Amino acid sequence: MIVKTVCGWMKAFILLYGIHIILYGHLTPGGGFAGGVIAASAFVLIMLAEGEAVGLKTFSRKAASTWDSVGVLSFLVMAGLGLLLAGTFFVNFWTTDESAHFTLFSSGIIPVCNIGIGLKVCSSLYLVFVVLTAMHLALKPGNKGENS
Amino acid sequence: MTEILIALIVLMIIGALVAIETSNLLYSVISIGAVGFLLSIVFLFLSAPDLAITQMAVEVITLVILLRAIAGSGREAVSDRRSIFGTVVTVAMVLILAGFSVRMFADFPEFGQPVTDRFADAPSNMYLREGLEKTGAANIVTAVLLDFRAYDTLGEATVLFCAVVGALSILRRKTKKQPDEPDEENEP
Amino acid sequence: MIYALCFVLILIGLYGVLVRRNIVKIIISLLVMEYGIHLFLVLQSFRPGGVPPIVEPGSETAVWMKQSVDPLPQALVLTSIVIGLGVLALMVALSIRLYERYGTFDISKIRKLKG
Repeated sequence: MIVKTVCGWMKAFILLYGIHIILYGHLTPGGGFAGGVIAASAFVLIMLAEGEAVGLKTFSRKAASTWDSVGVLSFLVMAGLGLLLAGTFFVNFWTTDESAHFTLFSSGIIPVCNIGIGLKVCSSLYLVFVVLTAMHLALKPGNKGENS
Repeated sequence: MTEILIALIVLMIIGALVAIETSNLLYSVISIGAVGFLLSIVFLFLSAPDLAITQMAVEVITLVILLRAIAGSGREAVSDRRSIFGTVVTVAMVLILAGFSVRMFADFPEFGQPVTDRFADAPSNMYLREGLEKTGAANIVTAVLLDFRAYDTLGEATVLFCAVVGALSILRRKTKKQPDEPDEENEP
Repeated sequence: MIYALCFVLILIGLYGVLVRRNIVKIIISLLVMEYGIHLFLVLQSFRPGGVPPIVEPGSETAVWMKQSVDPLPQALVLTSIVIGLGVLALMVALSIRLYERYGTFDISKIRKLKG
């Protein structure tokens, strides 16, 4: 009971902290990878504290694999847009001027790439955790599973 | 500063020895968690805050996954007999490697002189000097990862995707309860 | 010296991979080797009294450049840490499958059984 209550308070903070680290990745330490892992741990916390059914209702398998693909594809699209719009593959085509340094919308395609990578890492790690723990595994010897 | 680093690395070595030698799997997992957290603190002392955040979060997820791996089995690794010949050969090879490394580390540069000090035209000098104007990002590590060396990040996203697809396809199970599934496909 | 201690960590991991028979112990020894390698790379970038490579508003570039640590090994190790997590997930998935099929974690017994 204590675990469920405290986890109910903490999960919003952890997810918000993860999103903050992803978004401000070009100004403070962090970036897409660290923020993605922290956001994944928020969803893992929900699944650990409240059981498998509630966890899967929050973020189902299909939704996780969709967001995973969206993250990787958006990263690739930003790279390809560099080829289309400015001649070289994966160039930073959206440079801003001097006055926008140290603000949120400052450094071209870097925040967009950070968001894509953050989505990808979060969904991938959550999906791996779901498949490892919550799919009715009976870890007994001799249980070969139903496929070959 | 160097003394603190040496003390932390000696603690990591002790933790690693405990993790490898003990016969109870649960104690091993707890020790490897301690080694990972000590590594995160060492990264903080080495002025690498990105790495400290990432290492700490990854360590938490690593512990959860490792605990899942030992969950169903018996926790005492009773099947850990060792063969004497294998152990002796491995220890001999490790000692030979250590002997070669003594000769190698005598030629290393001093600890505390990064490449930027020794070569004036190292790439890191260019990254530090022109990172802010060319990319507009204040965090030079992110600028290096996503602008100067973005191909590495593309390769990393691909490797992570493939690893997760592999793990999912290994653990796939067909569900059995489909009572209205036609039985004709089982007949030749 | 610090590099020698770091290399001792890598060698301890190598010893664990080669000598242990339990698959979970092998995975844990691979993790120890990974920590040692990451530590070795980041130790190459350290400068005593150095500041992290993040630009503060209102600082001069030429002065700050002499004080900050090297950002390139940190970027490489950041990628490597997250890839290590993905590979760990794959290894644990394999070991769970092996346990279900053979009933043991011992690799010498797994070699002898024919499935």
